Amino acid sequence: MKNTHNRRSFLKSSALAGGGMMLSFSWFSNAKAAEKIQERNAARLNLPDQWSELTGYVKITPDNVVKILCPNPEFGQNVMTSLPMIVAEELDVDWKNVVVEMGPHDNVKLGPQFTGGSNSVRMYWKPLRNAGAAARQMLIEAASQTWSVPASEITTKAGVLTHTSGKTAKYGEMASKAAAIAVPKEVKLKAPKDFSIVRNSKKNTEGLKVVTGKPLFGMDYRVDGMLIAMIQHPPAFGMKLKSFDASQSLKMPGIKDVFSFKLYDDGFEQGGFDTRTFNEMIAVVGNSTWEVMNARKKLIVQWEAAGDLKETMSGRGGKREVSVPGRLETTSRQFEMMAEYAKKPAQQLRKDGDPETAFKNAAQIIERTYNAPFLAHNCMEPMNFFAHVMEDKAVVAGPLQAPGWMEPTLAKILNLPAEKIEIQMTRMGGGFGRRAYGSYVYEAARISQKLKAPVKLIYSREDDMTYGIYRPMYTATYRAALDANKNLIGFHVIGGGIPENPVHANRFPAGAVDNYLAEGWEIPSNVTIGAFRAPRSNFNAAAEQSFLDELAEAMGKDPIQLRLDLLKKAKENPVGKNNDYDASRYIGVLELLKEKSGWGKPENAGKKRGVAAYFCHASYAGHVVDMVMRDGQPYVEQVTSTVDCGVVVNPDAARNMVQGAVVDGIGNAFYGALTHKDGAPEQSNFHNYRIIRHNEAPKKIDVHFVESDVDPTGLGEPPFPPVFGAVANALFKTTGKRYYNQPFASEQSNPKS
Amino acid sequence: MAKYNLKINGKARQVDVDPSTPVLWVLRDSLNMVGTKFGCGMAQCGACTVHLDGNAVRSCVLPVSAIGKQEITTIEGLSANGDHPVQKAWLEHDVAQCGYCQSGQIMSAAALLKSNPKPTDDDIDAAMSGNICRCGTYLRIKEAIKTASKV
Repeated sequence: MKNTHNRRSFLKSSALAGGGMMLSFSWFSNAKAAEKIQERNAARLNLPDQWSELTGYVKITPDNVVKILCPNPEFGQNVMTSLPMIVAEELDVDWKNVVVEMGPHDNVKLGPQFTGGSNSVRMYWKPLRNAGAAARQMLIEAASQTWSVPASEITTKAGVLTHTSGKTAKYGEMASKAAAIAVPKEVKLKAPKDFSIVRNSKKNTEGLKVVTGKPLFGMDYRVDGMLIAMIQHPPAFGMKLKSFDASQSLKMPGIKDVFSFKLYDDGFEQGGFDTRTFNEMIAVVGNSTWEVMNARKKLIVQWEAAGDLKETMSGRGGKREVSVPGRLETTSRQFEMMAEYAKKPAQQLRKDGDPETAFKNAAQIIERTYNAPFLAHNCMEPMNFFAHVMEDKAVVAGPLQAPGWMEPTLAKILNLPAEKIEIQMTRMGGGFGRRAYGSYVYEAARISQKLKAPVKLIYSREDDMTYGIYRPMYTATYRAALDANKNLIGFHVIGGGIPENPVHANRFPAGAVDNYLAEGWEIPSNVTIGAFRAPRSNFNAAAEQSFLDELAEAMGKDPIQLRLDLLKKAKENPVGKNNDYDASRYIGVLELLKEKSGWGKPENAGKKRGVAAYFCHASYAGHVVDMVMRDGQPYVEQVTSTVDCGVVVNPDAARNMVQGAVVDGIGNAFYGALTHKDGAPEQSNFHNYRIIRHNEAPKKIDVHFVESDVDPTGLGEPPFPPVFGAVANALFKTTGKRYYNQPFASEQSNPKS
Repeated sequence: MAKYNLKINGKARQVDVDPSTPVLWVLRDSLNMVGTKFGCGMAQCGACTVHLDGNAVRSCVLPVSAIGKQEITTIEGLSANGDHPVQKAWLEHDVAQCGYCQSGQIMSAAALLKSNPKPTDDDIDAAMSGNICRCGTYLRIKEAIKTASKV
C-alpha cells in the first residue's frame, strides 16, 4: 500500500540533544481545526496558513529505547496503549522497548487532541502510521548510507536493520544519522496481513501505575502552596444567587476566602462546549478539602428564581441568541409536556415515498411510544481542575476531553493570549462525554485569578450530580404500517426531548422502507445537557430496536431475520438518499451475532433472549442478551456481542471496552435516572442514584469482532446503545411484558407507569 | 486541631488535623498519599477503601479520631513493587479502563482473599458490591480475584 503525502503536509525530524532522533509528522486535518490553528501556525512556525498540523513524536535513544508520545487525552479508552501501538507497528520496533508518555497539550504539534465521538483511533490511525513508516524509512536510509549498500537490500524487524549480507544494526545506532535525513515524501505502509503489533493484544501501558495508586488523575494533581476550592451552586435549575452571609464560614479553621463570582461576563459569546448551567456561584477556599467542605456547610445563602434568560451562543450553528425558560421543572410535568409537544406539528427531518397514503391504506398499524429520563454521567472521578493564573500566564491541569475547545474561552476569561496558557492533560477518571464541557475549568481559573494563587477546584459527588450537563430526556413514537399480507409498507418516527430531539433521520430503517417519515421537536429548558456516551443513539437504539422486535412479532418474523430482510433491501435497492450506514457491514455484524449466539438453535430454545443491533460512530454492534429471573428480579446472565469496527488495534483491550459498554448499558437501562422536583435534582449521590454493581453484572460477556481490513471505526460508543434495546426485548421474553419507559427497574416496580 | 500518631503502611506518621477529618483526607491532603480515591464521601462507592488492621473500610467516613492504634494499609503499602498477587492478577487480566476505582477494588479484593482465600462467585459479589466501577470492568475484576486466589 502506498500513501502519498499531500504536498502541503510535511514531516520533519531533528536530532535529540543527547543523540538519537525525533520525528514529527504533520497532516492536513479538517477545515475547522485548520482555521483554528492557522493564526498560530503563521505566527510560530511560518507554515502555509491554509493548513493545520499534527505532530506525533517518536524518539529513539542510542540504546534502542523508543519513546512514543500519546497525543490524545486518556479517559479509559486505552489510547495510551493503542495509539503508540500504531506508530510502533509501522516503525517495526520491539514493543518491549517502547515507553509511552502523555504528550503536552499542543494542537499545532499533536493535532486535534480530543477524546469523544469514538474518534481517537479513527482520527490518528493514518497520521500515526505515516509517522512510524517515515521514521522506519529514514533509519533504512541511514543504514544504506553507512554501509554503502542499496536501501532495497535492507529489511527491518523488531528495531533491527538487516542487510542481505547478514550485517545488522540496532535502530539506536542509526538514529542520530537518520535524524539528519530528509523525510521521505512517500511512505510505504504495511499491508494489514503483515501487522505484528496491531491486532495483537498489548497490556495497558499505564497498568502498573493504576494498580499501585500512582498520582495520575486531576484529583491527584498538587503543587506546593496549592489551595483547595469548592463552589456552591444554586440548588435548582432556574434559580440564582440572591445574597449570602459567609461570616460563619470565614471563621472556620483553614479558610482563606469566600466570595461569589460570575462564570461569564454579561453578553459573553459562548462556544459550543461552554455550556452554562449557573452563572453566579460562591467559592469557598481554604487549606484542605475537609476544612473547605465544613466551611461550605456554614454558608447562609438566599436563592431566588432566575426568570427567563437569554444566552449568546457562537460556535456550532453561528452566533445567535438562545432563550432559556425560567420555569422550575418537575419530572411528572416534564413527561406531560413531552406528551403535549408530541401531538403538535413537528419539523420534518426526512420523507421518502408517500407515508401518509401508506398509513391510510394500512391493514394494520402498530404504534408505540418510548420514554427515557435525564441521565447523570457520574464519572467516578468527580469534576475537578487545577489552575494557577499569574500576571502574564496561566497553568491549568486536570481531566478534560477536549482541551483545545476550552482554550479560547479560557483565554477570553483570563484576558491572556492562548499561547500563554498551558493546559496539562491528566488521566481522566471516566468521561462519557461529561468532560467535553469545561465550565469547571473556567471556575477554577476564575478562583485562582481572584486569589492570585494556585488552586484546585474539587466538586463533591453531590456538586457533580446536581450540576446538569445531563443526557437529555427523550421520547419517541414509532409507527409501522402493514398491508394485509403483513408486509411493511410505511414507517414513521416522531421524536423529541428536553431540550433536544433524538432522531437520526438517515439511519436504518431509513433506506429500507419505501414510505418513510422522520420528524422531530424540542422543548427548551434550563436543565443543561451534554453528550453522553453515544448521544441520541443511546436512546434511539432503545426505542427503535424495541419497536423492531414488536414489529417482527406482528409480522410473524424472527427479529434478526426481519432486520436482515430490511437490510437486504437497503443494500440492493436503497430508498432515498443520504442513508448514513453501510448495509453490508450491518448485515455482517448480525450474521456473526446469529452464529456466535447460536440464535434459533435447538439448544438455546429455552433461553429468554433479546436481540438488538445498531450503527453509530461509523461502526456496527449487536448483542444477544440472555435473561433469567433471579430472586424475583430479571437478571442479564450472559451476553453475546459482535462488533464491526474495522481493524481492531488492541483486541483484548477492545473486548474490555465492549464488555464495559454492555455493563454500562444494562446498568443505565435498569437503573439510570435523574429526576427533578421544582427544578432541584432528586438524586445527589450513589445512595439514591443507582449504578450497576458487581452482583448485577452478567456472568459472561462473549465479544466477537468482524474480521476486517477496513480502517478503524469507532469503538467506545457503538456497543453501548444496542444494549438498551436487547435488554428491553429480553425483558419481554422473561416477563411477558413490553417495557417502554426507562429505567426498566422502576417500570417493573411501578406497573402503572 | 489535634495531633494523631498513625501507623500507615508500617510507618509512623504524625498529623495535626481536626478530629472529625476522615482518614481519606488525612491521606490525600495531609500526607499526599493520593492512591486512595475520593468518589462519593458517604461510603457508597468504595473508591476510598483502605485496610484497618487488615479489614476493608471506607476511609471517606472514618474519622481520624477513631483510628487509635489500629494500623492503616493503603494501596501504596499493599506491596513494595506492585507485586501483591491481586495487583499481579489485575495486570494479567488487564482489568483497568479509566482506573480511578481500581485502588479501592484492589484493596477490597485483597481483604477478601485474606479472610477467604478461595471465594466463590457469590462470596466475591458479596465482598465487592460496595465498590462501583463506572467503566463496567466487573467481569475482569472477578476473573482477576479468582486468579489471585490460586496463588
